[in-house]
Amino acid sequence: MCALNIANEVQTGAANSGEPIVNDFTIMAATKNGSGSQTSNSVIVKSLFRMGIPVNGKNLFPSNIKGLPTWYSIRVSKDGYTARRPHNEIAIVFNQDTAAEDIANLPPDGVCLIPADWKWGQSRSDIIYYELPVKELMAKTEIPADLKDRIGNMVYVGAVAQLFGIPLEIIYEALLDNFNRKEKAARLNYNVVEIAYNWTAENLPKRDVYRFEKMNETQGKIMISGNEAGALGSLFGGMTVAAWYPITPSTSLIDGVLDYKHLRRDAETGKDTVAVVQAEDELAAIGMIVGAGWAGARAMTSTSGPGISLMAEFAGLAYFAEIPCVIWDITRLGPSTGLPTRTSQGDVLFAHFLGHGDTKQICLLPATVEECFEFGWRSFDIAEEYQAPVFVLSDLDLGMNNWMGEPFTYPTESIKRGKTLDKIQLEEFFAKYGEWYRYKDYDGDGIPYRTIPGTDHPRASYFTRGTGHTERATYSEKSSDWVANMHRLRLKMDVAREKLPQPFIDYNADKKVGIVSFGTNEPAIHEARNWLSAKGTQTNYLRIRSLPLASSVHEFINQHEKVYIIENNFDGQMSQIIRMEMNDTRHVESLALGDSLPMTPDWIVSKIWEGN
Amino acid sequence: MTTTPKPVGKVNAAGLERTEYKGVPSTLCPGCGHDSISNQIISMAFDMGLQPHNVVKFSGIGCSSKTPAYFLGTSHGFNSLHGRMPSIATGATLANNSLLAIGVSGDGDTGSIGFGQYKHMIRRNVPMIYIIENNGVYGLTKGQFSATSDEGQKLKYYGENALPSLDLCLEAIIGGCTFVARSFSGDAKQVQALLKAAVAHRGTAVLDIISPCVTFNNDPQSNKSYDYGKKNEVPLHEIDFIQGGYVPAREEITVDYAEGELIEVKMHDGSYVRLKKLGRDHDPRNRARAVGLLDEAQREQTFITGLLYYEEPRPILSETLNAPEIPLTALPEAQLRPTKDALDKLMQSFM
Repeated sequence: MCALNIANEVQTGAANSGEPIVNDFTIMAATKNGSGSQTSNSVIVKSLFRMGIPVNGKNLFPSNIKGLPTWYSIRVSKDGYTARRPHNEIAIVFNQDTAAEDIANLPPDGVCLIPADWKWGQSRSDIIYYELPVKELMAKTEIPADLKDRIGNMVYVGAVAQLFGIPLEIIYEALLDNFNRKEKAARLNYNVVEIAYNWTAENLPKRDVYRFEKMNETQGKIMISGNEAGALGSLFGGMTVAAWYPITPSTSLIDGVLDYKHLRRDAETGKDTVAVVQAEDELAAIGMIVGAGWAGARAMTSTSGPGISLMAEFAGLAYFAEIPCVIWDITRLGPSTGLPTRTSQGDVLFAHFLGHGDTKQICLLPATVEECFEFGWRSFDIAEEYQAPVFVLSDLDLGMNNWMGEPFTYPTESIKRGKTLDKIQLEEFFAKYGEWYRYKDYDGDGIPYRTIPGTDHPRASYFTRGTGHTERATYSEKSSDWVANMHRLRLKMDVAREKLPQPFIDYNADKKVGIVSFGTNEPAIHEARNWLSAKGTQTNYLRIRSLPLASSVHEFINQHEKVYIIENNFDGQMSQIIRMEMNDTRHVESLALGDSLPMTPDWIVSKIWEGN
Repeated sequence: MTTTPKPVGKVNAAGLERTEYKGVPSTLCPGCGHDSISNQIISMAFDMGLQPHNVVKFSGIGCSSKTPAYFLGTSHGFNSLHGRMPSIATGATLANNSLLAIGVSGDGDTGSIGFGQYKHMIRRNVPMIYIIENNGVYGLTKGQFSATSDEGQKLKYYGENALPSLDLCLEAIIGGCTFVARSFSGDAKQVQALLKAAVAHRGTAVLDIISPCVTFNNDPQSNKSYDYGKKNEVPLHEIDFIQGGYVPAREEITVDYAEGELIEVKMHDGSYVRLKKLGRDHDPRNRARAVGLLDEAQREQTFITGLLYYEEPRPILSETLNAPEIPLTALPEAQLRPTKDALDKLMQSFM
């Protein structure tokens, strides 16, 4: 249980000493869904970001439009950590339905901001209460009655700003940003913040140890959600067709495409160079992008688990008929409807093998907003290079929450269309080979040459089918034709595995303990490795960025005495993929969580400590 | 060895012979109605001088969906998934709106598994000719009832059909389709004329062609049989298609009457469809009347064929979505990727 002690030292050690704790704690705002608290929370996060303090906000929201409990955790970390922590030092208890639980979860010396109107009995004597007369303060404002319910949560913004130290002018700027620079809306909200701030200053002497202080750690950084980043990446990737069906948590990716579609508006004609269709279901959405990809568009759909289930048949067709398209899966917790507003990495096995029969799909695994942007544009290049569907497996935590990141790097390579022959190239091809067969491997890499409809050449056409075919694209039921084609497809994927985005590896000489993971466990692993290192356990780290697995994953695993595969699903799906491909995995241990929440460093440290 | 010179056949406006519009030999049952429709497509394409590289063929799964391999062998074709051809065609025509899309489906592919996609394709006005080779039976799976099987129809293994049939033309009209026709594969002349008119139409054109299944549903009692069709077909009008040159500019459609005897519909490309009244009066521009006519036909079990409904085309999907007039696939990289400056400015807004 040493590990848990480490966690406790980090978390509460300083609090007990009475010393101020600066920029290293977590605030949890507990409110009701649909009460306007999202604005309050965003404004606090944005303000802290503007103060130069590393910050991460996570929304834990219900599958509901209005009324059910929602929690928003805001972590500030002077050391730049952005992972979720299992506990919060400060609770904004603004939802009566969960108040008892929210108060009980506070650590000793924790802080509770609570409406005074409730006449809440102070159930714990080891925490600090700040009671806010929300109704009384709202009565002092100039807010129209019909807006009071939605703006009431601004009271805690004012109290937080005063108690822990956020300058009011920064709050106002963040409000302006939040309301797209509309002064009227910003002022309305600011009015409440200011009244609450002043009342707090006059009536609530500071009794806790927590403080925000300006830093210089966010200069030049951006704050953006993974879904917005993916949308921008797609727009910079030359996407011409997007088809989708609404589903949480992927909807905001397409919203991002619509929000920034103006980037792709032709100034002369006023026409959009990207067409976005809301389909009748996910079957149609993927059908549209497969049709568009076949016809030469750069086409994308965005969905989540239930949509991926519906897309299975088309994914198999696109793999087998070799049609480029991009499918974003913003993973939520399944099976079935599952927990639709909670995060998961549970679609890895399903997506990688999506399709009946022998199918192996290319998957990209972003961990950061920068990678969401990069894979946003690069996925189209990869899809066209390998003439295959490309799945980008993000998740709810990355997709829907705002993350700090470096400003995105402009695509370093021009748009790649792969082995697509236009009229002239086809002519040259015929001159060189005396033939062109759609599914023939001319280069020994398993990747054939394709043409697109409309190519003005009498020999450009071929017939696309999901049935067995020869290398000339003619119908065939011969087993020899079938097997030859499957061998070529396998070769194509084996070529891909060494050229897709390669693993990120943080490596030192000590080859005892290796950690293998992917996606949004990154911040928790980063923090956990520092904790472990501080206590004498050095670890090496490999983060998988694509499937099929690169050979460097095999090498990394073979080089270590002990390897942990850390992932946020229940069955250890990546671990299963690794075991399928490797002979000796006796030293490999699966650390699979899948508890519906973003991973914490605390969990990782405790698990690795148990194993050593 | 002497070689006999290849006889030079008749050449069309595109400089091609009729044989150049053929596909691979059909593998359907000898005498299948679908093969005669394929032949009519070949003749239509030859007559109209279509450029094969500008044509794309689509299908779902089933006997009918095999046929795109049997015509226009030098056009790109896509035999896709059961019931999902409309979505494939939606994406492809959105990617490249200059293509002439011909889709072939069946009554199972359209009326059952693909019914949702069929309705939504129509609603979006995807520019394509959507042919239903309707035989009221599942052939490839050996003779089950389909959604268009008539109530009371008898099949060898499955007994009597207890459910009412679905009228795919009625569904098309209700769904907002601007070109809806029914025909009979045994009536080559009418199929031919309707195909040509459909080519000249802009938007979704539905052709529901009763095409007997000689193996599973050709009992003279069945109203999807040859005998039945031959004896009972009631053509509304004699249809002539008069081809004009392709006129890119939009023109008003004018319909002139000669006492209800002759209706001339001017198509967008300058062609005309001339409808000579044969029996009952029918103005294909009248939506309520078209719906009423099909309703009566269903009740009275009469087999009415012809151009059932036509209206001035509404915007096709790429127009609805504000896509450029030139194909999206023809855009240069400069129009596909915003500048570095645009990205840098955007990044500032996230700081």
